[in-house]
Amino acid sequence: MKFMLMMNTPSGGEYQIMKWPQQDIQAHIAFMMGFTKKLRAAGELVGAEGLAPPSQAKRVRAGDDAKPITDGVFPEAKEFLAGYWIVDVNTPQRAYEIAAEASAAPGVGGKPMNMAIEVREVMSAPPNPK
Amino acid sequence: MISGPPNPGFEHLLRELTPQVLGAVMRRYRDFAASEDAVQEALIAAAEQWPRDGVPNNPRGWLIQVALRRMTDHVRSEIARRNREFELAQELPVVVAPAIYSEPQMDPEDTLVLLFMCCHPALTSASAVALTLRAVGGLATAEIAKAFLVPEATMAQRISRAKQNVKSSQIPFSLPEADERAERIGSVMHVLYLIFNEGYTASSGDSLQRTDLSVEAMRLTRLLHSALPENCEVTGLLALMLLTDARRAARTNLNGELIPLDEQDRSLWDRQMIEEGTALVTAAMARGPVGEYPLQAAIAALHDEATGVDSTDWPQILALYSVLKGMSGNPMVALNHAVATAMVHGPHAGLALLESIEKDERMSDTHRLDAVRAHLLERADDRDGASACYLAAAEKTTSLPERNYLMMRAARLRDPQP
Repeated sequence: MKFMLMMNTPSGGEYQIMKWPQQDIQAHIAFMMGFTKKLRAAGELVGAEGLAPPSQAKRVRAGDDAKPITDGVFPEAKEFLAGYWIVDVNTPQRAYEIAAEASAAPGVGGKPMNMAIEVREVMSAPPNPK
Repeated sequence: MISGPPNPGFEHLLRELTPQVLGAVMRRYRDFAASEDAVQEALIAAAEQWPRDGVPNNPRGWLIQVALRRMTDHVRSEIARRNREFELAQELPVVVAPAIYSEPQMDPEDTLVLLFMCCHPALTSASAVALTLRAVGGLATAEIAKAFLVPEATMAQRISRAKQNVKSSQIPFSLPEADERAERIGSVMHVLYLIFNEGYTASSGDSLQRTDLSVEAMRLTRLLHSALPENCEVTGLLALMLLTDARRAARTNLNGELIPLDEQDRSLWDRQMIEEGTALVTAAMARGPVGEYPLQAAIAALHDEATGVDSTDWPQILALYSVLKGMSGNPMVALNHAVATAMVHGPHAGLALLESIEKDERMSDTHRLDAVRAHLLERADDRDGASACYLAAAEKTTSLPERNYLMMRAARLRDPQP
């Protein structure tokens, strides 16, 4: 079964990591790279992406003429998606374990961040169009 | 006719032969899309059979025969299809499959013609890149998809649409007319440079899993260069690629973090590539007035020859950027010109030049202006200003290694001084 693990970041301003001391940034990046590598080596990783910061985000809607209408400020949003992993595992418990490991990524002073990771099961593939 | 065990390098041989084989098939059938499919099938057959049975004595002839046989099958099934579609068989146009065992006609210019086709301005650059890698580079769709990190089905669709465009735009299988030749060579060079840059900027992180696009771009540019040895721009492009790629091993550390030019371990630079690139650019420059690629290459050569950032010939680099700036309205050139100015006349002279670049609308979305301003402010000892600009640049870049680099730069300036 596949799960999407979503890492959210508080809205407003840049990613928190941008203001951290140098060695904490370094430790966090090293952790994230090692984490993804480990998932891949275990054969559990389907995909992972980090997203550019919310300051570049646009919200798009089709107007009456079907042309895109974009706006770029979302004052009502509390959180933004910062990145995700998709893992293929045997049980939901394994997905939760992986999420917990990501959640404990080192933050300022090397302390675990314990950030909330949203875990959602991915629905199975639609019938093959062929 | 088998010549012993397969050469471990036979995959290179296959890719080298791809444009020649495709050219020979095209010469017979003129149908680019179907010929290209037939050649891909021949390549797959070779990849299966050669390791088992050995490389044939005449590998090119083998591939051409297999591809032509596939084409014959294709033509036969087309006839059958038309037979089904038209009620009266006698109304069919006569399509005769040619004999396939005669030695097909070869033309040394086939590779060039194919490059012109695949890099035709009627195609989007993403299509041209994919088509060039497959039809001229001999890469399989799966390999191209992997290199661009997209699903194979997506890449297959992109390639098939590109081939459809070649057909509907009626792009001919021939060399362009003399009056549009320079422009068409420009399109080919642009596509090759895009392929090179894709490989170069992605040369960190999971690079080991990616087909090496920079190496492929250099191989294709070599092909173009050997077809057009007198063309200074092509010579310059090849030199630029060599002189840039020579620094690859020094560009990132083990964690995939970017290392800027002034902090790179220059003993890791590839001397052989630097020598070859320098010789090429020297030859191109000696032949008279040159365009952007040789000038960029000449600048890269000056960096590569220097033992350190302080011993770099910045006045000469500044002079070259001034020529380039006069030649193109590209704001990125203006930005590099400002950096060179700062290296010769001090950071404040460089910062002053940034004011006018800032007004260029094309610069509003890029992080590079902020990154350069940050560097210059750091050189001018404005730590707070530099740190803020590094952060602004980190916010805007979409390259992860670059974002990490910029973020660390900002953090270094923010942290208390040791």
